Amino acid sequence: MVRVLDEDGRLLVPKPPLPDDRVAGLYRHMVRARRFDARMLKLQRQGRIGTFAPCFGQEAAQVGSIAACEATDWFVPSFRELGCALYRGATMRNILLYAMGLEEGSVAPKGARDLPISIPVGGQSSHAVGLAWAMKLRGEKAGAIVYFGDGATSEGIIHESMNFAGVMGLGVVFLCQNNQWAISTPRARQSADRPLADRAAAYGFPGVVVDGNDLLAVHGVCAEAMARARSGGGPTLVEAFTYRRGVHTTADDPRVYRSEAEEKSWESRDPVDRARKYLEGRGAWDGKRETALEEAIDAEMAAEVRAAEDYRATGVNPLQMFDFVYVSMPPYLQMQRDEAEEAFRGRNVVVGASAPWKPGGAAAVGQLEEAPPEEDRPEKPR
Amino acid sequence: MSAAPSSNLNMVEALNRALAEEMERDERVMILGEDVGVDGGVFRVTRGLQERFGKHRVVDTPLAEACIVGASVGLALGGMRPVCEMQFSGFMNFAYGQIQPHLSRFLSRTRGGMRMPVVVRAPSGGGIRALEHHCESEEMSYVSVPGLVVLMPSGPRTAYGLLKSAIRSEEPVIFFEPKSIYRAFREEVPVDGEPYPIGKAEILREGGDLTIVTWGAMVRRCREAAGRAAAATGAGIEIVDLLTLKPMDPEAVMGSVRKSGRCVVVHEAPRTGGFAGEIFARISEREDVFHGLRAPLARVTSFDVPYPLFARENAYLPDVERIEAQILKTLKA
Repeated sequence: MVRVLDEDGRLLVPKPPLPDDRVAGLYRHMVRARRFDARMLKLQRQGRIGTFAPCFGQEAAQVGSIAACEATDWFVPSFRELGCALYRGATMRNILLYAMGLEEGSVAPKGARDLPISIPVGGQSSHAVGLAWAMKLRGEKAGAIVYFGDGATSEGIIHESMNFAGVMGLGVVFLCQNNQWAISTPRARQSADRPLADRAAAYGFPGVVVDGNDLLAVHGVCAEAMARARSGGGPTLVEAFTYRRGVHTTADDPRVYRSEAEEKSWESRDPVDRARKYLEGRGAWDGKRETALEEAIDAEMAAEVRAAEDYRATGVNPLQMFDFVYVSMPPYLQMQRDEAEEAFRGRNVVVGASAPWKPGGAAAVGQLEEAPPEEDRPEKPR
Repeated sequence: MSAAPSSNLNMVEALNRALAEEMERDERVMILGEDVGVDGGVFRVTRGLQERFGKHRVVDTPLAEACIVGASVGLALGGMRPVCEMQFSGFMNFAYGQIQPHLSRFLSRTRGGMRMPVVVRAPSGGGIRALEHHCESEEMSYVSVPGLVVLMPSGPRTAYGLLKSAIRSEEPVIFFEPKSIYRAFREEVPVDGEPYPIGKAEILREGGDLTIVTWGAMVRRCREAAGRAAAATGAGIEIVDLLTLKPMDPEAVMGSVRKSGRCVVVHEAPRTGGFAGEIFARISEREDVFHGLRAPLARVTSFDVPYPLFARENAYLPDVERIEAQILKTLKA
């Protein structure tokens, strides 16, 4: 297992692999992800947002890996990559809107090479294969990083994707966050014994196990893998060995299937604490900076929660569900849209809205790009 | 001896009882799926069964829907009677490559030589504010496959009886559990009760002016809408709860529509390609029923759009208001 830091944040290699200010920058992203994740959990418990999959405990695996990507590389998430999404520029408001059950939250910033959340386990891996293939065909020096968990490695599609990428020599980094649990199924019941990264050998490309709670190790391994992906060197499988410290989703109760002692044993290996201790040891971080960072994040969260809740209260057009099924609206669907408009008249049919939606209402104007403009629609390459 | 078991169960408890009793009755019955053992299933349908029957009969599998069904094909051929759980019907698409090409065809392929006594259970339908792919009603993907039996109970009592029939059946059964009513209400469910027969619909309220045909979670909404419409108009409204989508009860719908001359079908699945179309085709094929129609056939369904994230799901699903409005319109026609 590749490690750069020990569990107390002491350097295990002779020289720091990254400048201190860069590490501090990554640490800020980790704290931002953790704090927002915790805020979302609270909002969910208060009934203000719906089900989501927290990233608690996996901040180093996420920030360390995504920070190794350029904006021109493609980001292909599963459903737990809050830390990556924030790093890539997704707004908290959009992440909240998605968790409020609004597709509007899936709209990526203009031009971003970020795919939306993918829930059927493992399926997104093949999209990364196609993206890397397209980059190769178009002569672009760009790769794709795809995220999945230890559970996903049991799905056939993960095998198909890795084999396909290996045969065609495509620039995909398969980033497996082995967080030890697929809902109630422990890593040992998912696959017999060998490290998951060992599978890469059979596909003919490198596989690396890295301490997923070690920010610097994850970043180093992924930087090398992404560089290989961009330069035509083919795929890499990275197994980031980490731990899901929280629930699978907010609908899950881990007390049914794992012990408190086990959860405790991972507390001391926490990725955020470890990165902070490292920075403090280097004299690059202190309590004052920590407080200032927390205050800035809290202010950002407060504003973003308000913006998302305001939009939901009065800005959601229920009929929007008809508008993006096809590029051009078929007549029979338009008839159904008209029928729905009639059926919804004067009624509040949106979960969480405070009043029936009114076309052109104040909240709808200027607060949210409801959909990407025509030239960004998926049928046309960016 | 513990206290006599309660007979007033919700649907989760009723399914759990049916599974336990069938496992007790036939040692070849086994359960496999993701999180069905220690966790008792994400909806807790299999809670306590691993403790009771052991890890070899209630098996936590790797996360692999295709192989859960494919292995069940092999288990059945090898003499077991597997009941597999798909965590959500939306994830069953990964298993479709086993269900359609293999599970449904073994009997025909071997000219009756190899039977497929397999049950594939899957929570289906929406209305619980769940995530993407956790809400769809995909029954038509399976109804359209020759060789499959497709069931959908509408409450604890029918869930219990139908699951028992499914497990005892020699046919491959797709068993959809409408998740929005898992814990919505309780009904009397017997201990060691009788299976409810496959292929038999139920008439839930009788009336001679209009027939509602529905199934699953929509049954409750139709009852409410029919109650309101009947109170407002004095019309006699009959509800046929199909319970078995395939093979559909050949006479229940026909008998009712022949009597009423008016038919409204209500389903959660999208409109185009939905089961309403099949029901209407059968009505059209029957001269005695078709010629007695007094109003155009009508359907209240979800719209032809992807199941929306939950903020818009109430707008997507047929609600009591839309059903009632259609009943009134069809009565006036």
